[in-house]
Order: sequence, then C-alpha cells, then structure tokens
Amino acid sequence: MKKFDKERVLVAVAGPVIAIVLAIVLTSVVLLASGKNPIEPYVLMLQQLPYSDIQVLIINQASLYYIAAIAVALGFRMNLFNIGVDGQYRLAAVMTAVVGAHVALPGVLQIPLLLIVAMATGAFWAGIAGVLKVTRGVSEVVATIMLNSIATAVIGYVTLTDVWGVQVGDNVTTGVMKKSGWFPGINLGSDVGEIYGLVFLAVVLGIGYWVVLNRTRFGFDLRATGASETAAAASGVDAKRMVLVSMLISGAIAGLAGLPLLLGDTHTYSLSFPAGLGFTAIGIALLGRNNPGGIALAALLWAFLDKASPALDYATPVAYDKEIATIMQGLIVFAVVISYEAVRQWGLRRQQKRVGAELAAAAAQNTKKEVAA
Amino acid sequence: MSTATIAKPQAKQPGRGGRRMSLPVLLLVIAGVLVLTSIVRLITGADGITSVGQMSTALQLAVPIGLAGLGGLWAERAGVVNIGLEGMMILGTWFGAWAGYQWGPWVGIAFGIIGGALGAVLHAVATVTFNVNHIVSGVALNILALGVTRYLSKFTFADAPQGSTKQSPPIDSLGEFSIPGLSDWLNTLNGKHWFLVSDIAGLLGGLVTDLSPLTVIAVALVPLTWWVLWRTAFGLRLRSCGENPVAAESLGVNVYKYKYIAVIISGGFAGLGGAFLSIVASNVYLDGQTAGRGYIGLAAMIFGNWMPGGLALGAGLFGYTDSLNLRGGTTNVHALILLVAILLVFGAGYLAWRKKYVPAVVTVVVAALMFLWYTSTNEVPRQLVTATPYLVTLLVLSLSAQKLRMPKADGLPYRKGQGK
Repeated sequence: MKKFDKERVLVAVAGPVIAIVLAIVLTSVVLLASGKNPIEPYVLMLQQLPYSDIQVLIINQASLYYIAAIAVALGFRMNLFNIGVDGQYRLAAVMTAVVGAHVALPGVLQIPLLLIVAMATGAFWAGIAGVLKVTRGVSEVVATIMLNSIATAVIGYVTLTDVWGVQVGDNVTTGVMKKSGWFPGINLGSDVGEIYGLVFLAVVLGIGYWVVLNRTRFGFDLRATGASETAAAASGVDAKRMVLVSMLISGAIAGLAGLPLLLGDTHTYSLSFPAGLGFTAIGIALLGRNNPGGIALAALLWAFLDKASPALDYATPVAYDKEIATIMQGLIVFAVVISYEAVRQWGLRRQQKRVGAELAAAAAQNTKKEVAA
Repeated sequence: MSTATIAKPQAKQPGRGGRRMSLPVLLLVIAGVLVLTSIVRLITGADGITSVGQMSTALQLAVPIGLAGLGGLWAERAGVVNIGLEGMMILGTWFGAWAGYQWGPWVGIAFGIIGGALGAVLHAVATVTFNVNHIVSGVALNILALGVTRYLSKFTFADAPQGSTKQSPPIDSLGEFSIPGLSDWLNTLNGKHWFLVSDIAGLLGGLVTDLSPLTVIAVALVPLTWWVLWRTAFGLRLRSCGENPVAAESLGVNVYKYKYIAVIISGGFAGLGGAFLSIVASNVYLDGQTAGRGYIGLAAMIFGNWMPGGLALGAGLFGYTDSLNLRGGTTNVHALILLVAILLVFGAGYLAWRKKYVPAVVTVVVAALMFLWYTSTNEVPRQLVTATPYLVTLLVLSLSAQKLRMPKADGLPYRKGQGK
C-alpha cells in the first residue's frame, strides 16, 4: 500500500453518509405528510439506546443479521444472487432443532454436531440451486426463490405432529432440544438479559470471510470472477466450479444464521421463529458494501431500528407507528444503492479529470522542453 | 439476467440449438397431455382434476400470476430485470383496496395500476438513470413496498369501519357472469365423465363460467401485448432497447425514454395483478396477500421464454397446480403423480431415441419410483400440494432452461453514448 489515499476514503465514506442522511430526510417527509412530528421519533428511538436491556437485544439480533448478510455478501462478490438465504436458514434451523431434540451426546460433541447439521442442511439447499445453475443453466435467482417456498412446505411437513412436531398450546414446535446442545450465553443479570454465546460465531465468521476473500487463492478467484468473468476464465478460473463452491459455502453460512437464537434462547423451532431474515440480510449486505466491517455496522443499525422502534407505539404523549422503522429500512436500502452508484460514478469522473490534468501537465512540460531545446 | 453469466443457453451448436417448437407440434403435445390426463382420470377416478370448477378456479388463480408475468415481460423486453414485481403487486393490492372501498371497484382498479406504476418509477430511476444493479433495486423495492403499505394501513384502514391494521374494509364486487347456454352445456358434458370429451368440456367450461370482467380484460391483454410489442414500430423500438441498446441509439431511439415507458407499464401490469387479488379474488386487502405471486409471475415469464403465449401457458400451469390446493388437493395431486410417472416414461423413450442412454435410464428409475409411490399410498401430504407449483417451476426450468433465450442486453447497464 503506497500512501493514505484521500480520494478513496472520501468516495467510500460519502456513499453511506449521503444514503443515511437521504433516508432520514425522506422518512421525515413521510412523517410530515402523515401529520406527525418529523424529528421526535428519532429522538425517542435514540433515547432507547442507553438502556442495557435494549443493547443486549440489539447485539443478539445483529448477530443473526450479520451471519445471514455474510452469506449473501459472499455470493454478491461474484455476482451470484443467493436470494434463498431465507429458506436455507429456516430449513437449517428446523433440522438442527430436530436433531438437537432427538440426539443426546455430551456437549463437546453435541454442539459441533449441531453446527455441522445446520451447515450441511443450508449447503444442501443452496447446492440444489447451484447444481441447477451449473448443469442446466437455471437462473439462481428464480431457483432460490422457488426453493424458499418449497422450504416453507418442507418445514410445514417436518413440524406435523405425526412427523417431528410437538404441539405446545397454539404453537407448533419441534420439541425442546437436549440440554447438552444449549450454548451458554453471557448473563448480565436478570433485568438486563443474556448475550448469546454464539455472537462470537458471528465475529469468527466475519474474520474468516475477510481472510478467505483477501488472503487466499479461492478468494482471489471469487473476486476475479465477480469483477470480470471473461478475464477470470482466461486466467484459468473454472467458472462452473466457482459457482457451485460459492453457492455451497454461502448456503452453509446461511444455515448457521439461526443458531445463535436457537441454541442460545428458544431451544426449539416454532412458528414464531423469525421469517424474512434472508431478505433483510440482502439489504444489510448492500448497506455494508459486502465488507465485513461495513456489514457489522449495517447489522447493528438494522437491529437498532428493529429493537428501538416498538417504544414508538407506547410513547407519551404522542404515540408513533413503529412501521415507520420499516419504511426507513426500505428507504435506506434504496438510498444506499442509488448513492453508492452516483458516488462511484462521481469518483470515476474525478479520477478521470485528475489523470487528464496530470497527463496534460506532463505533455505541456514536454513541449516546453522541446521548445527550449 | 444472471442465467447468461455462466451458462449461455444458445452458446453451443447454433445450428441445432436454434430449433423451435412449431405450432402443430405444440398442439400435438398439448393434445397428448390432455389424452393422458383423461386416461389417468379414468384409472384413478379423481374426476376433480378436470372439472369445470377446478378449471374456473385455476383461471382465477392464473390471472394475477399472468399479469405479473406480463409486467415482467414488458420490462425485460426493454432490458430491465424486474424482480420488484412483488413490491409493485403489493402496492397494487393496497392502492386498489384503498380506492376500491371508497369509490367503487373500477376506481380501485385504476388506483391499483397507478400504485404499481409508482413503484415502477422508483425502479426505473434506480436502474435506468442511476444504473443500479436491477436485482438489487428490485429487492429494495420489495422491502420498501411492504413497509409503506403496512404504515399506510395503520392510517387508513385501522379507523375505517370493518377494517383493521392488517385488513381493509370490504370492496364491492365487479360482478360475475357465465356465458349463457354454453356454460351449462359444457358443465353437463363435463359431468358425464366421458373419456376425453368431458375433459375438454371441463377445460373450456372453466373459461366461460363465473368470469369476472377483469379476468376477460386480463386474458385479452396477452394478445394485446404481443401485438404491441411485435407488430408496431413502438414495440420494435422497445424490444431493440432490450436486445442491443447501442444499435437502437445509433438509429435514433431514445433508449432511456423507452426503458422508462417499459418499466412503468410493467409496474402498471403488476399493480393490476395486485388489484385483481384484493378486488376480485377476495374482496379485501390483506397484509401479505400477494404471497410471492410476483416472483412466480417472473418464473412464468422465464418459463414462457420471454414470449406472451408461453407466459400465458406458464401462468395457466401455475394457476392449475395452485387450484389443486383449494379443491381436494391431496387426492388430486396423488392422481397427478401417476400422470407425471407416465410422462416420465415418455420422456425416457424420447431420450433413448435421441441416443442419450444414461439420462434415459435415470428417468425410467425416477418414473418407477413415482409409480411405486403412487401405488403404495392413497393421499399425499398437504404440504406437497402447497409446494407443487414451485416444484413444477423448478422441474420445468431445469428441463427447458437451455433452450430459453432472453433479451440479449437484459439486465446489463446502459449509458447513453457508451458505444462510441
């Protein structure tokens, strides 16, 4: 690395900042249009932040988002759209819950077993789309969307009471997992709550993502395929193999996304398990520019909006609708993609101008020399 | 869009790969499937699979999928991938219901179209003006549409009589009609359970019984789209933007303008599909009413090889498998397993004739397994019925994706003057 490049940092920071400012302005417009105070909801949400129980909720939720977003980002880096993270994550959670409820090994073996089950299920589900793309040329976007819906049906079948389901009141669950599979969390007292132990899994995955992408041959091939497929093929990268392998890895990571919650808190899969995580993760991966650090910030922002917004419904004297947070999330994604693209083009033009100016200066100097000689 | 990145469908053997199914062959295949269905119906006694009621339900379920598919067709023919169809449909359901319960169903339909088009404007700004990746923009639109409609419902439907935050007040019906005489006659014919005749009567009867005016309009939009896109100068220019925008530009076509028009029309179609859901298919707006139909519409369009006719066929297929869900699904799908097994045997024969022996053997084994499954059970689990449309999509795409040809510049970024 030569020197600290001011231009690059400017371009990298301008995108997200413009995006978030734009999203806040637009959300305020929505609030104004619906006859509400355009500033107060932000204040109310920010006031939630100092409470440690809210902080714990945010960190826990962010860990789920983070893992799922890493799965999405891996595909994005090579222009592979794994829209199926949602199905992969839910199916993996169900299978892990079922195995956890029926197999009882000592904890040292049980937890790795559960992790492997989750990864294998996720990879298998994503692998179907990968195989179809490589062998039959089916667009992975359509295939993974179909697989999401099929996963819903499979989960419905698996949770039938005459298969593996257990009826608890109105809810259908997969039965409580054996104690050895529970992953201990960090208890911060009864009124604050517990941070999931597997939050560290998210951290490890983030570091692993960075190392693999930036420090291994596979990562280089992956990024090369994403940047220019023809150039990658010319330098000997097998595109089909890359598609299949990255789809499998992406699915395996997606499979892990539900585990912090499953092993750390619910210990069973039920109808109330969060759905739509995979789609949220797409927005988070975009906001974080597929960069492990950026995704972490994006996941925290998203989790903050999720966990601080319910307070809006109970705010006094004027209550706000917590759905405003959802609108804001949608607007952020839009603002992000547009501002990134606009800033990128602006940066390109700046660069071209600068290079042009340098070349012109050099040419002017040459002619001067010629004149002098 | 992403199909092309790895597996170029028509890259190999341009001579043989260019074969297209001619109309007589297609009709023959359809007739063959009909005969087989009839045989299966006689063997299994599952008369439901070709009853008038079944077909009528299938048509009603096919319409929103077909409208979404038409929306996708317009956008993709101009080179813009539209995965935001789902979001545009959601906007259509909400706007349709919001205007519909206040000012009547027809105004509701108009507002549904406007709602979808509004979402499309956003998609067009992002993809055409700012060159954002089309799939990314579409996904963002889907997230945004969901949030917007939920937020708006709180303001509008929550305070309205019989409404709640998740449901709109009821909307007046557009009315239904059957073609007099013909409908009754076909219904009686269908009731006789004769070989083939009753099945054809069921199929046709479904097309003339309990029709909504909007269904008729939607069906008419399929040939209309074909005529506009393939028989007018406007359509030629629009398609040229999807095939080769640089060439179009060199001939004086304003590519941006055509892309904008195409995407906005696309949103209008998706919005109309959404309005159909909230006004005709049920009479209220419900949270989550679209249930992924925008995505299915996109799949139907790909299944139909980016052509209106194929798209209609795909939508019909999805509508039919979907309708099995509502009407005696578990036994009917069970009967269809036998149909699939028989079709697979034919497929194996075809593969063997083409001297592809390994795939042929695999197909025979799969057919045998299906047959075994059919004989060893009496019903299939309800969840399989739910998953059937999606499984069929995957199956059909994996069989046909190699022969599909999407617009050449579909999903690619375009800047004015990039070809210079």
